[in-house]
Amino acid sequence: MSAALVEARELAFRYAPGAALALEGVTADIRPGRVTGLVGPDGAGKTTYIRLLAGLLDASSGSVSVLGLDPAAQSDALHERIGYMPQKFGLYEDLSVAENMRLFAEVRGLPAAERTATFDRLLHFTGLAPFTKRLAGRLSGGMKQKLGLACAMIRRPELLLLDEPSVGVDPISRRELWRMVRALADEGIGVLWSTSYLDEAEGCDEVLLLSAGRLLFSGLPAEMTGRVTGRVVQVRGVSGNRRSVLRRALGQPGVMDGVIQGRHVRLVLASDAPPPDVEAIRAGPEAVVVPVPPRFEDAFLDILGGGPGGVSPLAEHMENKPHSEGSVVEARGLTKRFGDFTAAQDIDFAIRQGEIFGLLGPNGAGKSTTFKMMCGLLKPTAGQALVDGLVLGKSKGAARSRIGYMAQKFSLYGTLSVRQNLEFFSGVYGLEGARRWNAVEGMIETFALSPHLSASADTLPLGFKQRLALACAVMHEPPVLFLDEPTSGVDPITRREFWTHINGMVERGVTVMVTTHFMDEAEYCDRIGLVYRGRVIAIGSPDDLKEKVRSEVLPEPTLEDAFVGLVEADDQAGDSERRKEAA
Amino acid sequence: MKFSRVKALVIKELLAVLRDKKSRMVLIMPPLMQLTIFAFAATMEVKNIELAVLDKDGGKAAVELVQRFNGSPSFTRVFPLSSQGEVAPTLEGEKAMAVLVIDEDFSRDVAAGRPAKAHILLDGRRSNAAQIVQGYAQSIVQQYNTDLAARAQQVGPPATLVARNWFNPNLEYLWFTVPNLIGMLSMVVGLIVTALSVAREREMGTFDQLLVSPISPQEILAGKTIPAMILGFLESLLITSVAVFLFHIPCVGSLWSLFVSLLLFLFSVVGFGLFISSLCNTQQQAILGTFTFMMPATLLSGFATPIESMPRFLQIVSLANPMRHFLVAVRGIMLKGMPFFTVLGIVWPLAVIAVVTLTLANWLFRRGLE
Amino acid sequence: MSSPASRRLAARRLLAIIQKEALQIVRDPSSILIGFILPVFLTLLAGFATNLDIDHVPIGLVLEDSSPEAQGLAAAFLATKYFNTRVGYDRREFTDDLVAGKVRGIVVIPQTFSRSLARASESVPFQVIADGSEPNTATFTQNYAQGVWLSWMQIRAQGKGAEFNQPVSLEPRTWYNQELVSLNSLLPGGMAINLTLIGALLTALVVAREWERGTMEAMLATPVGRFEMLFGKLVPYFLLGMVAMFICLGITLVVFHVPFRGSIFALLTVSAVFMVSALGLGLFISSIARSQFVAAQSAILAAFLPAYFLSGYVFEPAGMPLPIRVLSHAIAARYYVSCLKTIFLVGDAWEQLLPNMLGMAAIAVVLLGLTIRNTARKIA
Repeated sequence: MSAALVEARELAFRYAPGAALALEGVTADIRPGRVTGLVGPDGAGKTTYIRLLAGLLDASSGSVSVLGLDPAAQSDALHERIGYMPQKFGLYEDLSVAENMRLFAEVRGLPAAERTATFDRLLHFTGLAPFTKRLAGRLSGGMKQKLGLACAMIRRPELLLLDEPSVGVDPISRRELWRMVRALADEGIGVLWSTSYLDEAEGCDEVLLLSAGRLLFSGLPAEMTGRVTGRVVQVRGVSGNRRSVLRRALGQPGVMDGVIQGRHVRLVLASDAPPPDVEAIRAGPEAVVVPVPPRFEDAFLDILGGGPGGVSPLAEHMENKPHSEGSVVEARGLTKRFGDFTAAQDIDFAIRQGEIFGLLGPNGAGKSTTFKMMCGLLKPTAGQALVDGLVLGKSKGAARSRIGYMAQKFSLYGTLSVRQNLEFFSGVYGLEGARRWNAVEGMIETFALSPHLSASADTLPLGFKQRLALACAVMHEPPVLFLDEPTSGVDPITRREFWTHINGMVERGVTVMVTTHFMDEAEYCDRIGLVYRGRVIAIGSPDDLKEKVRSEVLPEPTLEDAFVGLVEADDQAGDSERRKEAA
Repeated sequence: MKFSRVKALVIKELLAVLRDKKSRMVLIMPPLMQLTIFAFAATMEVKNIELAVLDKDGGKAAVELVQRFNGSPSFTRVFPLSSQGEVAPTLEGEKAMAVLVIDEDFSRDVAAGRPAKAHILLDGRRSNAAQIVQGYAQSIVQQYNTDLAARAQQVGPPATLVARNWFNPNLEYLWFTVPNLIGMLSMVVGLIVTALSVAREREMGTFDQLLVSPISPQEILAGKTIPAMILGFLESLLITSVAVFLFHIPCVGSLWSLFVSLLLFLFSVVGFGLFISSLCNTQQQAILGTFTFMMPATLLSGFATPIESMPRFLQIVSLANPMRHFLVAVRGIMLKGMPFFTVLGIVWPLAVIAVVTLTLANWLFRRGLE
Repeated sequence: MSSPASRRLAARRLLAIIQKEALQIVRDPSSILIGFILPVFLTLLAGFATNLDIDHVPIGLVLEDSSPEAQGLAAAFLATKYFNTRVGYDRREFTDDLVAGKVRGIVVIPQTFSRSLARASESVPFQVIADGSEPNTATFTQNYAQGVWLSWMQIRAQGKGAEFNQPVSLEPRTWYNQELVSLNSLLPGGMAINLTLIGALLTALVVAREWERGTMEAMLATPVGRFEMLFGKLVPYFLLGMVAMFICLGITLVVFHVPFRGSIFALLTVSAVFMVSALGLGLFISSIARSQFVAAQSAILAAFLPAYFLSGYVFEPAGMPLPIRVLSHAIAARYYVSCLKTIFLVGDAWEQLLPNMLGMAAIAVVLLGLTIRNTARKIA
């Protein structure tokens, strides 16, 4: 094994004297020719660690050497030899692709003679060649990250530091990014890839798992998943409500964690615990328990001591929504044009009561446009968005009071305290008097917010922010919930907790629409609409979609495989159609 | 419009500003600092004048005239020049604001009762100051003439002009500046609270959160207008108190007139703020938009230069400027004790401005959804 | 840093950053706004709106005496362009108007006017009441009234064949700006405002935006040194400032016919020194403020407002109390405004320009020094 590129010893950092440690006692190595994953939820210390390595922060204690240099003192020499891609898109949005590359080439001193060859290689490598004149700000999320990567490796660095390159990137672009990074590692470059998507950890050669500033694990991903081998099972052939099955399963002794995976329920068992009794969890007569290979996330939860259990106090306090036949949320021929660009065309779907419906699609395919029209944030050029039979455009107030909305970005009032946020949103939804008081107190109790009531929302730990955001969205007990990437970057325990609440509410008859890039979230959906090039190209349950791409090459397709496969198939169909039109 | 929803919005807005230490500071410290510095700086008064004297005569009358300049409180430094050649560099190098040149025959002419001449050379680069210095110098010479006439037992100019200044007998410049600054600083606060807060909400994503709730655009507007008016009103009360108690600016008019015009003024300012914010998506745009509005609003307010001396078309443009109307009212109320109905006659256009801007903002907010 | 190879690399980096910055200026609406549109807009606005030459002041003339003499004086008031005179017969007619601001002054020709005038023995209180709530206008009203009065006396004396002469007369003569056109001194000073906006506000905003968007972080992790970083910003915005200066110059000369007695060379030299100090302030602010909101607030507070109020652009520093006059010496715009007025109205008076340039240069050195010290190559 070659010498380590990075050697960190007991590395610690705090942003201000007296502040809590952002990073504590991290001892880890990074080797050349490998993709090292720096994995952990938001706020775990990933960015701090990378900035320390890049010499952008000076360690509070401990030592680190990068390429044999001290990043604090020898940052000039170090910057000649590393590539760094910050978490925020670090490129100039008002410069074109070529201009950005030229800037970084000059700044990094790429010899003029090599420029053409290097640019050609990188443009080909990233697939950006047709877009060299396009302004970086106009690129889609995935293309931006590819350009960032191209700029960071313009001089073939010895070490490439990538801070969350896959955030906001659709599965297809993500795969391409991975392919590129893999190619670089094969050339002998050391790559540090930070991510909050735990499933990406499995693709890494080595993994550093950070949680709350501490290094929980470092080593091969298989070593990590190895600790739960034989303890992960899938309950298949579930009949009846699989959400109730999951809730009951999580209540069984020996079940540490569980999630829904399409039709199936996936469970992690405590060591030496027997598989759950299918009868006890009332999974139906055909249900069987099948052992499945463990995933990284299973092991992470195992280290953390298991998930939060399956009972949602929120749903417990909720009354069953009156049953309604027909669809609660409906898109009828939704079309949106911006100038001569059609962002969404003839989108049709209907969501039944008590259903979780997912909107998936690559960046820029029209998914967010559709979502916004459904929420009433964007007025459709043609067609209608209906909630509970009410057209959003017309009966605004009435239709909107039936919606709960949670955005991907934490969008509460940061300077207001927890209680003030709750009171504000209860007021906004027109709750008054005793109802208002009950709603606020109920949320405080349900989400255990009382220790933080007077703290400003900005200063809350991430998990509590997530809880508060959900509390504010559901306080008026809406029959419909719209969720926009609700759990991206959130730690797995908070995510479990979140979905437990959602599942609980759905059991009570709440209808949910969710957009996500996160395949784990998509698995919770009853049905998924895949949006591409402004149209719905496939609609069906996660298993239906997987089924569509099942082949000999791909006997057990994942949802991501389905996503990629269906989009590619549509591309080909589109091409042949165009050829037909041309002929 | 539902009262409880608007109330929730108002409380939220007030808390968002007041709970944040930085926003609290922005509302209190800079306005008070600006009030103090600019109250003294924004003056057309000319004091501490440096005067150079080229006395080619040197006789008794010339010396007496120079002494009179020396004794005047406006001229703090009077220094002699020894030759004609020094005059140009003295003025050019701004060593003196004016040069008094007394001709050779000055004393002899005065003694003989012939018309005697002196010249005052002024620095035209400072055009306003030059005119004022000239006025000071003329009045010193005038007084000298009267005294000379009395001494010679002659009858002076038969009728003398008696200058009186009402409302501000000593022409204290501060009495003019400080009421104007009340208007200007309240306007800044009103604009910051509205224009920037909407842009910030857009950037933070909380604006979407409001838009998906049952709140109507009118309620959002009301929810932005009312807190901005409350904050602006408190701010202007603070500034007014400082003006009255620290700067001892008289306030002879009724407080009610002042409050009514303040509220109308803030209403129209908030209207502009919301109008700007409905055009802007980012904070940067809002900052620049506010700034681009502030500049002409200050220039066309009658603060630095009187409206009457502007060209006709700018006078018409200035009618849309809330400051223009309010400054007349605030000076009128504080210094002149303007009666309530006269005040109303001056400030009613503010209500029109507010209605127009708010209607536009409402329309643009709704259009933004499409 | 000393080897020729590394120097060449540094030069290439600097050039690349300058090029990038220039492209951004052209593409960023806010740069266009502050760099090109505001200078035009503000110069035109200032040219049309800020007229300190007060004329057509509305006054009320109370004619209590109906003698021909009194009417003659009234006619003199009606004739002058300095006043818009309305004649009334009772002073109560005008007191409300004075309160309402409809007239700026009241001139009273009392009942006893012609009688006292004829007797020539007693002095007649011929009264001018000015609205003191606007002191500047009040001063002018008094001065103009005095002027009308004196010239009427003179004409009257001449009409009687007598010579009206005062023992001593003071003849004012104004240098550099004979007609005392206030625009001639205001517009050149206005260039200081525009250059301050570009140097301080725009630069501070642009750097803060780089922090907010994360591009600064990406740059910091490259071999770019802090000198290259600073100079890369300095050069393009310096040039932008010079372009804006010429735009202002063009409008000032072509639209408003302000005399230009100095040389372009002197104007360029002085403006260059000032621009560096304004950029120094902008970069200094941006080395402290990392959000656009704070940057804009600080730039307006520390650069724009002082340039407007304390520079002598509109308001005369000589009228300010001592602490503020001392403070104004720390404002580069003060020196620049003084230089601009000199170059436009006097000419290349180097003995006056050089000390002012020295003042600006000193401020620039201090600010840039502080900026270099503050520009850490670290995130926190």
